[in-house]
Amino acid sequence: MSAKSTDLPGHLYDIRRDVERYAREYGLDFYETIFEVLGFDEINMVAAYGGFPTRYPHWRFGMEYERLSKGYEYGLSKIYELVINNDPSYAYLLSSNMDVDQKLVMAHVFGHVDFFKNNFMFRHTDRKMMDRMANHGTRVRRHQDELGAEKVEDFIDRCLSLENLIDYQSPYVRRHADTRTRADQEETVAKGFKTDREYMRSYLNPPGYLEGRQKTLEESQAKAKKVPESPERDVLQFLLEHAPLERWEHDILGIIRDESYYFAPQGQTKIMNEGWATYWHSTIMTQKALTASEIVDYADHHSGTLATRPGQLNPYKLGVELWRDIEDRWNKGRFGKEYDECDSFEERRRWDRRLGLGREKIFEIRKHYNDVTFIDEFLTLEFCVDQKLFTFGYNEKHQRWEILQRDFRKVKEKLLQMLTNFGQPIITVDDGNHDNRGELLLSHAHDGVDLKADYARDTLRNLQTLWRRPVILKTEVEGRKVDLRFDGREHTQGPAKK
Amino acid sequence: MSLRIKQDQARFRDIVRGRIKANLKKYVQKGELIGKKGKDFITIPVPSVDLPHFRFGQRQQGGVGQGEGAAGDPLSPAEGEGGGKAGEGEGQHLLEVDVPLDELADILGEELQLPRIEPRGKDRIVATRSRYTGIASSGPESLRHFKRTYKQALRRHIATGSYDHLRPMVVPVREDRRYRTWKEVPLPETNAVVIYMMDVSGSMGDDQKEIVRIESFWIDTWLRKHYKGLETRYIIHDAVAREVDRDTFFHTRESGGTMISSAYELCKTLIDSEYGPSAWNVYPFHFSDGDNWSADDTRLCVEILRSSILPAVNLFCYGQVESPYGSGQFIKDLKESVGGGENVALSEIADKDAIYASIKTFLGRGP
Repeated sequence: MSAKSTDLPGHLYDIRRDVERYAREYGLDFYETIFEVLGFDEINMVAAYGGFPTRYPHWRFGMEYERLSKGYEYGLSKIYELVINNDPSYAYLLSSNMDVDQKLVMAHVFGHVDFFKNNFMFRHTDRKMMDRMANHGTRVRRHQDELGAEKVEDFIDRCLSLENLIDYQSPYVRRHADTRTRADQEETVAKGFKTDREYMRSYLNPPGYLEGRQKTLEESQAKAKKVPESPERDVLQFLLEHAPLERWEHDILGIIRDESYYFAPQGQTKIMNEGWATYWHSTIMTQKALTASEIVDYADHHSGTLATRPGQLNPYKLGVELWRDIEDRWNKGRFGKEYDECDSFEERRRWDRRLGLGREKIFEIRKHYNDVTFIDEFLTLEFCVDQKLFTFGYNEKHQRWEILQRDFRKVKEKLLQMLTNFGQPIITVDDGNHDNRGELLLSHAHDGVDLKADYARDTLRNLQTLWRRPVILKTEVEGRKVDLRFDGREHTQGPAKK
Repeated sequence: MSLRIKQDQARFRDIVRGRIKANLKKYVQKGELIGKKGKDFITIPVPSVDLPHFRFGQRQQGGVGQGEGAAGDPLSPAEGEGGGKAGEGEGQHLLEVDVPLDELADILGEELQLPRIEPRGKDRIVATRSRYTGIASSGPESLRHFKRTYKQALRRHIATGSYDHLRPMVVPVREDRRYRTWKEVPLPETNAVVIYMMDVSGSMGDDQKEIVRIESFWIDTWLRKHYKGLETRYIIHDAVAREVDRDTFFHTRESGGTMISSAYELCKTLIDSEYGPSAWNVYPFHFSDGDNWSADDTRLCVEILRSSILPAVNLFCYGQVESPYGSGQFIKDLKESVGGGENVALSEIADKDAIYASIKTFLGRGP
């Protein structure tokens, strides 16, 4: 890539200044944003690297680049805009875009950066990720120089196979308190209630009580000795702490985990974030920034962004419609007990308390919600009907994907299920010394959908190469509880042991 | 300028070709870029390597969509699949663009080095078309050319000095009027019909049909580029054959045996009754997994081909799709009997990778 130039050409500089001013006037609060204009080849490259031109070398970035370039060459798709969560934020503009597009993109970008800065999910992400990624790149390259590219890349492949085994909630919730100091003070033999009066002793501590107490104590001590103490969702962290890794392996696994945590919130707020940015580009463009001659092109590209196909949920569309719906509801006072309990369809339809709280409300929501809580709280029956949402599934008999139903509760349930835990199966480490043989026991919290079987086996294989001892995954296959096991040579699948 | 990413790309390509990292070869997927042309989806192959993760099986999972349709309505084939994978870069914003099919055909032609098709019967099949090419000073009022009439009147006003730019009124008189005229142009009609036949017996699964679908799309695209009026007809068969519409063609699954002759018989009837070779360029394509019911039936097929179909068509193509039950005998039988024929193309299609090679076999002769 060419040397970083933060100087926009004159006309773009003016556009940027105006759009930024409008955005601030509306109350958007964003980091300083650096726009760079790139040719399609460069923007495809940056996009392939996930926005970070300095990332470590790996074939999968080449794969992404090939997909993007092919899409561009065949005229199927082009990257419009790319922005990364960093302080200052970097955004990339495609040089061949028309000015009206650049305007739209800038407005959109300020929406994203406001969201990055304010949404709670991003609070723990590294805002100097640009530097950190470069640092990761240097470290990986150094390992490759020492050990050979092939070897390091193979290990990266294996780590990537496990990259989704992180705790998607952990940056916000502390999962376990530090218990090491407490352990010293705990009793090891049950003493029962103390008394000086001998005749009271059997009354205060009746027979059986002491035995029972002793048992619970022993159990809790056994638990404390177990590693991990309680099921651990951050499998990668567990491996970093307990797997017999070499230094360089440890370093690389740490890098993969870091980056996984950095990208996770973007996936977990996709609908909100894209919706928010779309809401703001359309507000800024239609109310302030557009000139008469640009309207047709703007409308064309805006509607292209919001187009939906039956089998795919467009996060831009769903998001922006939800934001607008919320704004409208809070403007009209369509919330709270009185509204919820109103049975008259006609009255609800005409309901307007003229509260004008909409704007304020959406600014508040963009701070405290993620996709799961956002959908859970604000996707209403009326919205679901208006937006023509449905669930679909695969019909084995007809061998095709079909629309299943439009029932509100089912739609919402399905949507939430897809979003929960970032759409990933919940997998925990239950025991690092299973059967007292140093085997690693994982379990999958099955919620109705089986794991993709061949992938599960291969992932287990990758996990085993890190753990070195046999690994076991408890899951369900077609309604039966099973243990999938890989011992380094062969896979076995047996009925679950307790 | 060389980009750093080119190294990663080269490495990726080597993986796809199986040159390095053989352990990843099995994760190579024949992904497709899906574009849209009007209602049709077009696909362009982009291989990808999907590293294994613990993740959900998709068919069981389903999803949520948006749009029209009642319960039980199918989603179009391109949808539902794929999806679900969240890109890691925020706001990677892809815009769908309509692709001109002509251009696609060009790209395909270039990539596979397909020759141009010379439609036959150029001199035989002649129709006349009217083309409006000229202007005359007399004609029916319905063909009056307003603009030219106006210009003529304006010219006259200016020439006679009666034009007043403050009061720019232009009144045409009889002599100003201009009319469109036409010429009779002899046009060679280049009509073509593609007759798709497919085996829908139990052994043809989803993957096999997907191969046929992709292949037929490209065949359509290529032929449509060369023929103005391209018609397509669809025949499915197991032990009996029937004609169906496009949608049914790709979604029917029957059990039961396979009598290929039934399809050829129906194809012959179609050609005889509607697509006489003097007026049409005929392209029958047949796809099957190659397991015919009996040697007798195969003999009957060859007989029909020799006596009726081959003399009437530009090109007869047979594609044998490999199914989980292996690949049958039929292609060998054809090769031995009619394989030497000038207008016969036979191709074995092992998987999606082989589609493009197979298209080249089919269309590479340019008849």
